[in-house]
Amino acid sequence: MSDTIILEVERFHPERDTEPSYQSFEVPLREDWMVLDALNHIKDQLDGSLAFRWSCRMGICGSCGMTVNGVPKLTCETLLINYAPGPVRVGPLDHFPVVKDLVVELDDFLAKLQKVRPWVVRKDDKKPEREFIQTPAQLEAFHQFSLCINCTLCYAACPVYGLDPNFIGPAAIALAHRYNLDSRDQGIEDRLDIVSQHEGIWDCTVVGECTTVCPKHVDPSLAIQQYKLTATKEWFKSFLLPRGKN
Amino acid sequence: METSAHDILIIGGGGAGLRAAIEIAETNPKLDVAMVSKVYPMRSHTVSAEGGAAGVAGKDDSLDEHCYDTISGSDWLGDQDAIEYFVNEVPKELLRLEHWGCPWSREPDGRIAVRPFGGMKKMRTWFAADKTGFHLLHTLFQTSLQYGTITRYDETFATRLLVEDGAIQGVVAIELRTGKIRAIQAKAVIICTGGGGRVFPFTTNANICTGDGMALAYQAGAPLKDMEMTQYHPTGLPFTGILITEAARAEGGWLLNKDGYRFLQDYDLGKPTPAPVFRSMELGPRDRVSQAIFGEFEKGRAFHGPYGDYVHLDLRHLGEHKIESRLPMVRELCLKYENIDPVREPIRIRPVLHYMMGGVHTDINAATPLKGLFAAGEAACVSINGANRLGSNSLSEILVFGARAGRSAAQYFEGAERRTNQNAILAQAADEERRLEENYLKKTGGTERITKLREEMQHAMETGCGIYRERNSLVDSANKLRELHERYRNVAVDDHTRTFNTQLTSALELGFMLDVAETIVHSALNRQESRGAHQRRDFPKRDDNKFLAHSMASRSAEGPPRIEYHPVVITRWPPGERVYGR
Repeated sequence: MSDTIILEVERFHPERDTEPSYQSFEVPLREDWMVLDALNHIKDQLDGSLAFRWSCRMGICGSCGMTVNGVPKLTCETLLINYAPGPVRVGPLDHFPVVKDLVVELDDFLAKLQKVRPWVVRKDDKKPEREFIQTPAQLEAFHQFSLCINCTLCYAACPVYGLDPNFIGPAAIALAHRYNLDSRDQGIEDRLDIVSQHEGIWDCTVVGECTTVCPKHVDPSLAIQQYKLTATKEWFKSFLLPRGKN
Repeated sequence: METSAHDILIIGGGGAGLRAAIEIAETNPKLDVAMVSKVYPMRSHTVSAEGGAAGVAGKDDSLDEHCYDTISGSDWLGDQDAIEYFVNEVPKELLRLEHWGCPWSREPDGRIAVRPFGGMKKMRTWFAADKTGFHLLHTLFQTSLQYGTITRYDETFATRLLVEDGAIQGVVAIELRTGKIRAIQAKAVIICTGGGGRVFPFTTNANICTGDGMALAYQAGAPLKDMEMTQYHPTGLPFTGILITEAARAEGGWLLNKDGYRFLQDYDLGKPTPAPVFRSMELGPRDRVSQAIFGEFEKGRAFHGPYGDYVHLDLRHLGEHKIESRLPMVRELCLKYENIDPVREPIRIRPVLHYMMGGVHTDINAATPLKGLFAAGEAACVSINGANRLGSNSLSEILVFGARAGRSAAQYFEGAERRTNQNAILAQAADEERRLEENYLKKTGGTERITKLREEMQHAMETGCGIYRERNSLVDSANKLRELHERYRNVAVDDHTRTFNTQLTSALELGFMLDVAETIVHSALNRQESRGAHQRRDFPKRDDNKFLAHSMASRSAEGPPRIEYHPVVITRWPPGERVYGR
């Protein structure tokens, strides 16, 4: 086996380029290196101008999502050697505007997170003196949906988001679902209104790519399907129950 | 230059910064708060904390016991008034996080569950499996999104504090996406930028932990306290330095040398028992356990690997169910980064630089001596951690003192001088813009590579100022750092473009780290005793006559920092022997 591998890295600089191009770098192929280690080798030794985000290098901060050979990945936990003998192509995440090289713009994603009201909503004003009692089963009901690290791989994988950037998207829906399922929360109605709108859950065509690429085993696809069910029930209830006004 | 103005500005969007922002938004909804962070808040290093947050919860526990554990853990260098305040506030803060939705692990009846932790005499560490920092950070971030009075400057890199007429007036910062240099004015600034573990080569710390806020405060004239107190965590993965949480030992994991022997019994940490015992053996404090592992290296009783010596952390006897339910991240990290399953194999570990007890000097109200400047979290030194922090006290600290800093800054703002010498402030900002342009963005002909300088700095820190220190090694490191400071003036930045210029930020971070490293080495050189994490081969004993005092490193005009001492506050617990396992 060769002791080096070629990385073909997508480069784009808005101050001089009109479209992206690939640049090849030869890097050491070490068996304990992740793709991120190879990128850092390039930045430290070969080309300091290469731009990419990274921080924790342990798969929890969610910064280093990129496309590796066409698949959205956290580069800090993607072994380089799995792509031997190479070359391996590294590009920015799909479906987001590119700021520079491997860095994409996340404004839209951040706005969507905020839109689903991802905080505990209480309808009563009572401030409890102690903790809300929550059994392990009640915790389990929402726990997996609380594990999202906001890496946005699911948006890069989602064909609906690719076609319609107004689609609120997998991670934001999973987060809304996380709070709806939390026994301490009373905000489900507010979130149903937001998420059930046109850009909401009805756009999802159940391709399930979001769940496949999720590095934290969150199941956004399941969240979306459960959400549809809840929204439908609430919609029927609105006809069956007497309404307060009008 | 673009300018904007807010009432209070927070630098750093991790746990302490977010807690401060929420506190101000909740208690003073009229105040306009800005948060400047070089990353999106949920990327902050709080996210990597694993084991838990300590706060008295059980009926068999008491505030005094948490105080005593923290004080003896600190080797009596912690300020006892601050520790009492901290211990008293923590349970309320942890409960608040529960009300905000933090998915704390639970007892079968639905109450909060607590686990044991190193150096703690009772079960009082609240946890969310072994992703406590992640859940705490995301809960705070999501909670913060409901307040319209918080303006975020995400991915904005602060380069200088603006100080006029002895009082803080804001910051100069670079907006990374555009490269625009901005002056962001505020009457009060809170530094919540975390630690600076990246000054060392082998660390659990994320790439962003470069001591920015410590250096900013230091450059503005605020002293840094107890900087020589750098904590090694006993259990890091040998190649990456990734942290394996102390909770692994709290749940019953054993440390074994190459003979399969629980060697901590040879280091005055108690006798081995099958189940964990509080303040004993594997539940000893981090400084003592790390020093013991190092002792095994020196005695030749460790394994040799490609990344140096290591010992084993053995979890096999805990069984798959316990590992999966209590330590899922440990298993995930071992599988991904070491290619082993801790259910079936022991984990290779070595001590790794983890935390800085020192930081920007603050009083119990999170205020620094510089008017209008506050600090909280790892960036600050109150001090509750003294010479050695106990595991699970730091997540609690960012909540208690993040909130405290928010209240103090709001209170300060109410009484602050409204009149500002706008011309003088803008002139300062323009100076800073000129410095950034001339020294980095438009400079040509620099010959010193960022990578090379950084590696030489990290090497100097590890060899001269690591887990054991002595005069000669410290002097060598100090000289090396002076040389690096000089060479840094000639640093090469080849990328002169504006958009997301990470070579520029790397250069600026290196400048910050060189300042932080120098305060660490000089504080260590001056402290001629051994206390907690600071172990001098040439002064192996604690010396309360001379050094029951905080080191204070202040910037001098040129050259290394000036080191002075500041008294430790002792209230009810006179200095005594640290006793573990007996």
